[in-house]
Amino acid sequence: MDLAYSQEHEAYRDEVRRFLENNKDKAPGSGSTAQDWQQLLIENGYAARTIPTEYGGAGQEPDILKSHILAEEFAHAKVPPGHSGDNRIVPVLLELGTEEQKQRFIGPTIRGEMQWCQGYSEPGSGSDLASLQTKAHVDGDDFVINGQKIWTSGAKTAHMMFCLVRTEPDAPKHQGISYLLIPMGTPGMDVRPLKQMTGDSFFNEVFFTDCRVPTTEIIGKRGEGWNVANATLKHERGGLGDPNQAESRFRDILELMKTETIDGQRLIDIPSFRDRAMALQARVLAMKFNGMRVLSHTIKGEEPGLPRWIVKLQGCELNHQTAALAIDVMGELGILYDESPYVRNHGMWQHRYMMDLGLIIGGGTAQIQKNIIGERALGLPKEPKFDKPI
Amino acid sequence: MEFMLSEEQRMLQESVVGYLESHCPLDRVRKAADAGETIANDVSDGLGELGIPGIVVPEDYGGVGLGFLEAALVAEALGGAVAPVPYSATSIMAPVAVLAGGSDRQRDEWLPKIASGETIVAVGVNEQVGRRESEGILASQDALSGKAMFVLEGMEADAYLIADSSGALHMIAGDAQGLERTKLKTIDRTRSVVEISLNATPAEVLANTTSSREPLLATIDAGRLMLAADTLGAAQAMLDQSVAYAKERRQFNRPIGSFQAVKHMCAEMAAELEPCRSLVWYAAHSVRAIPEEARLMICHAKAHLSEVGRFVARTATEVHGGMGFTDLLGLHYWFKRIGFNRQLLGAPELVREEAARVQGLVG
Ligand SMILES: Cc1cc2nc3c(=O)[nH]c(=O)nc-3n(C[C@H](O)[C@H](O)[C@H](O)COP(=O)(O)OP(=O)(O)OC[C@H]3O[C@@H](n4cnc5c(N)ncnc54)[C@H](O)[C@@H]3O)c2cc1C
Repeated sequence: MDLAYSQEHEAYRDEVRRFLENNKDKAPGSGSTAQDWQQLLIENGYAARTIPTEYGGAGQEPDILKSHILAEEFAHAKVPPGHSGDNRIVPVLLELGTEEQKQRFIGPTIRGEMQWCQGYSEPGSGSDLASLQTKAHVDGDDFVINGQKIWTSGAKTAHMMFCLVRTEPDAPKHQGISYLLIPMGTPGMDVRPLKQMTGDSFFNEVFFTDCRVPTTEIIGKRGEGWNVANATLKHERGGLGDPNQAESRFRDILELMKTETIDGQRLIDIPSFRDRAMALQARVLAMKFNGMRVLSHTIKGEEPGLPRWIVKLQGCELNHQTAALAIDVMGELGILYDESPYVRNHGMWQHRYMMDLGLIIGGGTAQIQKNIIGERALGLPKEPKFDKPI
Repeated sequence: MEFMLSEEQRMLQESVVGYLESHCPLDRVRKAADAGETIANDVSDGLGELGIPGIVVPEDYGGVGLGFLEAALVAEALGGAVAPVPYSATSIMAPVAVLAGGSDRQRDEWLPKIASGETIVAVGVNEQVGRRESEGILASQDALSGKAMFVLEGMEADAYLIADSSGALHMIAGDAQGLERTKLKTIDRTRSVVEISLNATPAEVLANTTSSREPLLATIDAGRLMLAADTLGAAQAMLDQSVAYAKERRQFNRPIGSFQAVKHMCAEMAAELEPCRSLVWYAAHSVRAIPEEARLMICHAKAHLSEVGRFVARTATEVHGGMGFTDLLGLHYWFKRIGFNRQLLGAPELVREEAARVQGLVG
């Protein structure tokens, strides 16, 4: 057990802090755009850190601890962190894309000029994703796609979709899928927004009718799409339930409870509220230290096991509970929304309370997470299968 | 940065767990309980040979001189085995009190005896954690009067470390004049608590505890940390038994662990318990490495482990069906140990309030 950082890492932390101090005013929102901010971060090695310079990244040695320090310091300074483009598609391109695909897609993606959406779920295929029915057949040099995707976040504004389609209808369920890259706006593609419970319309349905993409726009070979997708799901799962986020949200709650009053009494001075806040703080800390444990194993190249399997389930639930406490301590103010008079933080907590529930469902539902923990981490027997071949 | 156990810590853990697996199986626990004993002398002696009673006592005083993380790993192992041996009070709280509050002479006198296991010191600090019925412990010149309740490890003790109503800590010999000891029967048959009544009983105050509350608070912290770690071990044992049972027990022609209702109970226990391990490690590590955080972390560990422990204890019992409710299986030994740890030295609400106070959140 050694919680001290090496001199190199302490120096790195200082450097990041200094950078944030000097450049905080350039963060998006205060005049500059998200893209300018990202560009500045890449130039300084704080975004797209490990992506090779030939693809527009900062080209630095992988150093999990430095990435962790970055995440911590940006969260602490409440400044939007840099990104590596899209943590679902960029790792896949790097791992499995052709040289031509890497050249064409990675640079614009990490600069934030090219946005992606994920075309996986379908009306009949959610948790049971491998049952998906959207089909593509080859005609000349093209795949011709027919079918429908749903819950596609960001499809209205995205430039590209990475998409799972069935190309080998006669192969077993998991072996008939291919992973295609489709420019949004390709003829035969129709995007229809779906309104969410939050009132936003970030979700979409995407319909394909004889939509054509060249057969070269595939990652991996035909029929290998399921494995390619699992490579991305792994990256996505790592991101949901981030303990840094829970910690910074908890700090926000304490602030709220110290500043808001009811009958002239600070919320933190009400014992029942204070007790709930303390119970939540213990959870936040436990997940933070669990994250440190996962990190320590990862640095050593060891599989963390159970501490990692639980992060999505526990972390997303914790975020939801944090928002729930904020709403509860606000009492009647907790129902105000959008730009209502008296609304606090523009309805952020109300929005998060709903959004965090969405994240408990999205990216593998809580129940699916429990199946995974039970079967993979605890070795419990699987449910008998009643799958039919596609 | 390395948030994991060192090689030496893992070896310590393995040796204690290994010793308990072979020398303190459930049969041995049951034998002691059926005989109304809260100490299995053979197990206690064996642990003595491993140096456990002196685990946190500095080497200069004949101890092993290890830290609180090591002490917590031992507590976890004892909880895992529901071992009927004195530990939290005599091996951890008492030496912490003597180190922090004793004069040089008092350290020389008490620490070697405690470290060798020759003297068992029970600890009664309820006067300062949450006084119930007692009329309080009043100190006069070198003597104490009053009643101390919930004195931990009191049946085995050769001496008692008792907090008075001002927070000072006193050492009292087991055979001191005017001392009466009453066993309090608890749900947990693997540990003992007693009530001590004192009537102008000769006592020696730990020299530095009249001017500072810090030794008292450090003693309570150490005890809470051990109870949290004990619960971690006990809850992990309940989870492990549940998983094993769910793989083996069949109903409707399939293992019950293949039913999602059962699988999810197990997954929820694991998901709740696993982060607790990191919380206990961090709290234990912080005692010496980050002392300014230690009290807060220990309060959180104590309260949170109590909550998760309770959840695991009832859920694991449910996974076992009717068998879980029987004496035959013995799962209840862990259930009760977890219940005991929850209530002692401050139940969760009380300890959470202290967590708030430590951070300056109580106006
Ligand atoms: C905020 C949000 C964003 C999303 N973004 C995208 C996106 O960009 N692209 C995309 O492709 N998809 C996206 N999704 C879809 C998401 O991946 C699916 O909603 C999710 O996988 C669940 O599928 P489903 O909605 O069909 O629910 P179902 O699979 O029908 O599940 C319904 C209920 O049944 C339970 N259930 C299902 N199977 C099992 C089982 N084997 N064991 C136990 N319980 C089971 C579920 O846990 C759930 O409670 C998003 C979803 C949300 C909420």
